[in-house]
Amino acid sequence: MNQNNIRTAQRGTTEAPWVRYALTGIALVFMFLFLVLPLAAVATEALRKGWDAYAEALREPDAWSAIRLTFITALVAVPLNLVFGVAAAWCIAKYEFKGKSFLTTLIDLPFSVSPVVAGLIYVLVFGAQGWFGPWLAEHDIKIVFAVPGIILATIFVTFPFIARELIPLMQAQGNDEEQAAQVLGATGWQTFWYVTLPNIKWGLIYGVILCNARAMGEFGAVSVVSGHIRGQTNTMPLHVEILYNEYQSVAAFAVASLLALLALVTLAIKSVAEWRMESELKALAELPPERPTPARGATAGIAN
Amino acid sequence: MSIEIRNVNKHFGTFQALSDVNLDIASGELLALLGPSGCGKTTLLRIIAGLETPDTGSIHFSGEDTTDVHVRERNVGFVFQHYALFRHMSVFENVAFGLRVKPRGQRPSDAQIKQKVTDLLKLVQLDWLADRYPSQLSGGQRQRIALARALAVEPQVLLLDEPFGALDAKVRKELRRWLRRLHDELHVTSIFVTHDQEEALEVADRVVLMNKGVVEQSGSPQDVWDHPASPFVYGFLGDVNLFHGRAHEGLLHLDGVAIHTPEHADAQNAQAFAYVRPHDLDVQRYTPGASGIVATLSRAIVVGPIARLELLPVENNQPAGHDPLIEAQIPAQQFRELGFKEGETLVVSPRKARVFLQPQAS
Repeated sequence: MNQNNIRTAQRGTTEAPWVRYALTGIALVFMFLFLVLPLAAVATEALRKGWDAYAEALREPDAWSAIRLTFITALVAVPLNLVFGVAAAWCIAKYEFKGKSFLTTLIDLPFSVSPVVAGLIYVLVFGAQGWFGPWLAEHDIKIVFAVPGIILATIFVTFPFIARELIPLMQAQGNDEEQAAQVLGATGWQTFWYVTLPNIKWGLIYGVILCNARAMGEFGAVSVVSGHIRGQTNTMPLHVEILYNEYQSVAAFAVASLLALLALVTLAIKSVAEWRMESELKALAELPPERPTPARGATAGIAN
Repeated sequence: MSIEIRNVNKHFGTFQALSDVNLDIASGELLALLGPSGCGKTTLLRIIAGLETPDTGSIHFSGEDTTDVHVRERNVGFVFQHYALFRHMSVFENVAFGLRVKPRGQRPSDAQIKQKVTDLLKLVQLDWLADRYPSQLSGGQRQRIALARALAVEPQVLLLDEPFGALDAKVRKELRRWLRRLHDELHVTSIFVTHDQEEALEVADRVVLMNKGVVEQSGSPQDVWDHPASPFVYGFLGDVNLFHGRAHEGLLHLDGVAIHTPEHADAQNAQAFAYVRPHDLDVQRYTPGASGIVATLSRAIVVGPIARLELLPVENNQPAGHDPLIEAQIPAQQFRELGFKEGETLVVSPRKARVFLQPQAS
C-alpha cells in the first residue's frame, strides 16, 4: 500500500524513461552538430597540412600583429568596461533618480543596435568627413582606420555585458548591507571594497569573461572602423576573413582555432569559478547546525 | 546619552511621513516607538540614525545639534529589520567590521579586536558560531549577531528596527526577555520600533505611540494602558468594542444601558462613543427588563482559561461601516458554570468604558 503510494508520487513528478532519453538524445545530437562538429572542423582544417604549416601561419607577421592588436584591444576595452559597468550598475541598482529607466535602456542600446551601425557612428563622428574630422586632422590625431577607433568600437559593443550581469544581482541584494556598513563607520570606499565588491564577485567575473570573449571576437563594428590595413589595423576576426577570402584556408583556420581556443578557455574559467563557489557553499553546509556541546542549559543565563 | 527631537517633518513625495514630531529621550532609557505600519516610526528611527535627513527640524544628541552629522560619525548602533549581516563574512568578521574600518589611528590591534569580538559573542551567547556564515544561522541567531555587531563600536545609542518582526512567536518571546536583561546590564540608550503592542508594553520603559506621522501619546506602559489619550491609542493597545450613544450630564446613554462618564459632566446631549475592552463586559442570560444590550451569542471560543464570546446585538443601530459584532471575554470557568449555548439571547453591560465625545461637525 505504502509502496504503491510512493510509486504514484514518483510517476507524477518525472517523465517516462523513453521521453527522458529522447529529449536528452535530441539535445546531444544538436550540440554535436552545431557545437562540437564545427569546432572539430576548425581544428582539422587548421592542422590539415601538419603542425609546421599551422605554426607558420601563426608566426607570419601579419597574423602575429593581428593577434597582438586583438589582445591590446581587449586589454584596454575590458578594464574600461569593468569600471563603467560597475559604476552604471551601482547607480542603477542602489539609487532612485529621475531618468533611471532611460539610463537602463541606454545601457542596452549596444545590444539592440547592429554592430555595423555602431562602427558607422564612429566613422560619422571621427572620420575625415565626420563632425570632428577636420579638427582631428589639424591636430594629427587618427581615430578611424587606426587602433583608437577599433578600441572605441569594441568598448561600445561590449559595454552592456558587465552592467547587465551586475544590475539584477545588485538589485536583488538591495542596499541594507551598505547602510549597515555606513552606520558602523565605513567610508564610501571601504563600503564598496569590503561589502559591495565581495557580494558581486562571481557576477563580475562572469561579466568580465563574457565581455572579454566578445571584445576579442567582435567583427562587425571593428570591420567598419578598421580600414583593413594588414599588419596594422587588423584584429584576429578580420584577419581570418581576409585569409579566407584569399583561399588560404589553413592559415585562416589556424587563426580561427585560436579564437575557438579562447572560447574554450573562457568556458573552462567559468566552470572553475562556478565549481569553486559551489564547493565553498557545500563545505559550509556540512557544519553542524546546533551547538556541539551539551551545555545547552548553560546558555540560558547571560554571560557577563 | 539623551536625545532631543525637535519639530521634525519628513515628506516622501506627497506622503507626509512625519509631521512636527517632538520627543525627548532620556539617557539610558529603553524606548519603544509603537504604531501601525506607515505611521512613520521607522522613518523617525532612521532620521535619528542619520540614514534619512529630516525636511525641517533638528536632532540633538546630549544637547548638541546632530542633524547634519553624517551617519558614519554619529556613533549609533543600528539593527536592521532583516539584520543586513554581511553575507560573505563569517560571524566573527561581521562583528569585527566596525572595528576594522576605523581610521588607522583609532583602530585597535588585531589581538584587541579578537578579544573584543569574542567578548561580544559571549555576551550574545553565540561564541561557538564565530566561524559560521550568516546563511547558516537561524533567525534568532542572526538577530543576536546583528546586535553584537552594532554593539562592537560602543555606540551611544542603540536603534533597533522591528527587532523581533521576522522571528517566530516562541523565539520572539525569548529574545524579548533577553533584550530587556541586556539593556539592564549595558544601560545604553535604546530605541526600538515595533507594531506589536504586547512587545512594546512588555519590554520598554516608555512607549511612544505614533499614528499618521504624529506622536499620539508617550508614557510608561502602565500609563498608556490605563489612560489612553486618544481613541487611536485605546484601539491600538488592545481589542475594543465600539458603542455609539449620547453623552448627557455625566452619563453616556447607549440603548438599554447608561455608563458614568464623570469627565464629560458638562456634556449636553452630545454625540459620543465608548470604547470597551472585551474583558470589561459583563454577560448575563436575558431576562425581561434587564439593563444592558440585548444580543445573541453567535459563537463561543473556549480555548484555555478565557472564553471569547462573539455576540450580535438584536437591535443593530450602529452607523454603517461599523462591525456590529460585540466581543466579550469571560473566564472559561464562569462560562461553563453559566452554561451558555450558541444562539442564546444574552445581555451585555459594560463595567468600564472610555468615553470620547464626537468631534462637533459644526
